[in-house]
Amino acid sequence: MAIKTLTIDGDQYSAQEGETILTVMRQHNIPIPTLCHLEGLSTVGACRLCVVQVEGIPKLLPACTTRVEEGMVIHTATDKLKKYRRMIIALLASEGNHVCAVCVANNHCELQELAYQVGLVRVRYPYLFPKKSLDATHKEYVMDRNRCVLCTRCVRVCDEVEGAHVWDVAGRGINCEIVTGLDDAWGKTETCTSCGKCVMVCPTGALFEKGVTVAEMEKQKGFLKYIITARQKKEWVSFTDGQ
Amino acid sequence: MLPNMSLQEKSQKTAHPSGDNRFKLLDRAITKHQGRGDSLIEILHVAQGIFGYLENDLLIYVAHAIKLPISRVYGVATFYHFFNLKPNGEHTFVLCMGTACYVKGAEQIQNALEEHHHCKFGQTTKDNKVSFITARCVGSCGLAPVAVLDNAVVGKLTRDESIKRVEQMRNSVKATEQTVQEVVV
Amino acid sequence: MTIEDLQELSEQEQQRQSEKKHRILYCSAAGCVSCGSDNVSAMLKTKVKEHTLEKECEVIGTGCMGLCGEGPLVKVQSDNILYQNVDEVTASQIVESHILNGKRVEKNICDTSAPFFASQTKIVLENCGRINSESIDEYVAALGYEALGKALTEMQPHDVIEEIRKSGLRGRGGAGYSTGLKWGIVRKAHGEQKYIVCNADEGDPGAFMDRSVLEGDPHRVLEGMAIAGYAVGASQGYVYCRAEYPLAIERLKLAIKQAEKIGLLGNRILESQFNFRIDIRIGAGAFVCGEETALIASIEGRRGNPRTRPPYPSEKGLWGMPTVINNVETFANVAPIIRNGSDWFSKIGTEKSKGTKVFALAGNIRNTGLIEVPMGIPLRKIIFDIGGGTPEGQEFKAAQTGGPSGGCIPNEHLDLPVDYESLLAVGSFMGSGGLIVMDSTSRMVDVAKFFMQFCMDESCGKCIPCRVGTRHIYGLLDKISKKKATQDDLTLLEELCVMVKETSLCGLGQGAPNPVISTLRFFRHEYEQLLQPVETYLGGEVEVADFEK
Repeated sequence: MAIKTLTIDGDQYSAQEGETILTVMRQHNIPIPTLCHLEGLSTVGACRLCVVQVEGIPKLLPACTTRVEEGMVIHTATDKLKKYRRMIIALLASEGNHVCAVCVANNHCELQELAYQVGLVRVRYPYLFPKKSLDATHKEYVMDRNRCVLCTRCVRVCDEVEGAHVWDVAGRGINCEIVTGLDDAWGKTETCTSCGKCVMVCPTGALFEKGVTVAEMEKQKGFLKYIITARQKKEWVSFTDGQ
Repeated sequence: MLPNMSLQEKSQKTAHPSGDNRFKLLDRAITKHQGRGDSLIEILHVAQGIFGYLENDLLIYVAHAIKLPISRVYGVATFYHFFNLKPNGEHTFVLCMGTACYVKGAEQIQNALEEHHHCKFGQTTKDNKVSFITARCVGSCGLAPVAVLDNAVVGKLTRDESIKRVEQMRNSVKATEQTVQEVVV
Repeated sequence: MTIEDLQELSEQEQQRQSEKKHRILYCSAAGCVSCGSDNVSAMLKTKVKEHTLEKECEVIGTGCMGLCGEGPLVKVQSDNILYQNVDEVTASQIVESHILNGKRVEKNICDTSAPFFASQTKIVLENCGRINSESIDEYVAALGYEALGKALTEMQPHDVIEEIRKSGLRGRGGAGYSTGLKWGIVRKAHGEQKYIVCNADEGDPGAFMDRSVLEGDPHRVLEGMAIAGYAVGASQGYVYCRAEYPLAIERLKLAIKQAEKIGLLGNRILESQFNFRIDIRIGAGAFVCGEETALIASIEGRRGNPRTRPPYPSEKGLWGMPTVINNVETFANVAPIIRNGSDWFSKIGTEKSKGTKVFALAGNIRNTGLIEVPMGIPLRKIIFDIGGGTPEGQEFKAAQTGGPSGGCIPNEHLDLPVDYESLLAVGSFMGSGGLIVMDSTSRMVDVAKFFMQFCMDESCGKCIPCRVGTRHIYGLLDKISKKKATQDDLTLLEELCVMVKETSLCGLGQGAPNPVISTLRFFRHEYEQLLQPVETYLGGEVEVADFEK
């Protein structure tokens, strides 16, 4: 494998051919916010939080899907990029019904974390207050679409790791929703194995365990790395949650 | 349902297990695509052509036939606006909202119709006679504003004309039997 | 079929046509059909039969004749007379007076020396309105499939690519990437199978060029695809056509069947080693599927969500294989280029934009319809000479090109030559070729709102900036148009537009703010007129909320 050298925010790094910009950044602990990306799942490049500026390319590129190339000069934290990231989080905040004070994931929420990270202090867009449904028909878990950010991690983990494909996205545009079956009750779905992977990878309080109350829903994402490593390398190593 | 016994016996041999022979047409289309998952949209087109709209059981049937998760089939069916998950009214009034039609006053026609017939676009009148649908450019921009009334394109519409046309539709006698459309395969 | 057989077929058909004294052509494209050309054609046929003229006179349905606004159109080809606004009465007069007695029906004659016809250069539309769109024989007689024969017998695949590259043909779908370069990449890319995809998902509201080509001259598109297949080494092609174009789908199906029957598609085409099949895939009402990666997802039977590029479809496209995706008009240009050579083609147009462009003229303009003009022609000429300007008593305000990703061009920029770069420079976009003319009655804020509503409805919902951003832009425009907005809202709108444009995943989101940005650039005062003075804002409702933990 060829080695590529590249410059990120003024410092030089080397990376292997085929690696993404995000991989390199994570290896060297260069901070960059991500939402739809989760190691162990396919990348979709949908949240646009990790967009970076590559010199010589007029468009902004998502770090999670862009592969490194020799001599790339990358800027990851320009004022413009920071502003855009703030705006993206603000858009998300205005899209759903995110009320942290009464949320099960309060203090364990990636959206909340991101809001701090990008320095969002106020949302200038009018809140849309959509009428979204809540599905509590499953015996162990609850899906609250009010808190969903449509990152599709649950859809991907269920399809790619569990192999059940209970979830999918229905509708389109601003009316997109995560559904089970034919928008049926989750509890009635025959395909759900109740494995709970979707709950654990959900970045917000949209998917949570029954019985938890405000701020009690902590997500454990270490299992994903455990499974992937076990499958690929036949090694059974536990990973504590570093995410 | 079947007129006499002998016919019934005959058809029982060839009938679809569900008792609805329209599924045979659908099966033929599925076989033609070798039951491949990537033919989902093609098969939904055929299914809607035969049944008029895609009800839940039909979606489940298709999902099982081409071995796809039900949620994926539902996701696809709700993504594309051409697929109806609910039956339309007896007649359809499809108003083109393309740019040319918009510039020529399609919005005024929409407002007038909604006001006069107390039915928003995207819905069906209470008597289940006419479904009001908007379309994104039917490609007859030279004749703007345009509407498609039960598959016939009507150009250079005016407000009064469209209100009149819809009234005619609402007053029409119910069609005797919905003809099964030719299967698009 | 060999190339000699093709030649013979062409001669036979030419002979057959020359035996007819009169050929009466009626436009059977969607525009004329919707104003009653079916009745007209029925009347023509009845009258021909009534006067037992069948031997010397044939009545034929053709593709779009161009002047859609004056339809139904009928042409007596032998005398080169075009009749407009033909009804059943006129139709019978055409047969009884013109054909039988040589006396023309003066009141319906359309002046074909008018600029609408005289200023056009027809390459893509050369057969539209001249041949029977449902007959492969007539297409062959009009030099059809000659280019495919030439490519297969006289040229190596790389010669074909080189010829297309030298011609300077650029993608007619909007972005204008060099077609020859694209094919070259696909040819070099590794893959067991390669695909040719024709993008006929013409979703721009106000555009109907591709539809007219597919309805009027479907074989031209198939031939272009087959040549592309030969050039890049693909054996399978797909035409992805909108479900809203049933007539185009029908004609395409018929054309594929005809071509397969005589060995111009399928295995061992023209007795060569080249195999090429074409299948039709029908869209289902999603504008975003015009974006190439979304189109691929749709052909594969999935939700039409675009994915990030690179990898481009020319490397990893349909089912992960190298794929050529071009739109209808691009493929329609291929056969004439191969037939006449790249030099002939590159003489037409400007330095960077070669050839012609088909536009669909619509909106508040006298001559609505389909036109084909050389690249570089000033916009003013298209609108005022060819299009005849705005109807009596209305003042021209702006021309909109590029559909929902395009922009509005005001009067002062009308002398701009129409090519990819010049349009981009004024904040518009070539797009697929819809050209909507707006007069002083159009309020630009409403126009921007209209396009934003379109983009909002058509957003796939995958990426956040497009999904939520278009919703908020629409909301702000609505607020402005209802005179409830303030200067702050306008600032917010502008910021949001730039952000959505820069961060969205695909072309739909990246282009969605363009109508707003361009109307703000040229008609800012119309926005500002609608704003509330600041005082009321301070006292009014506050739409600023804190986002706390």
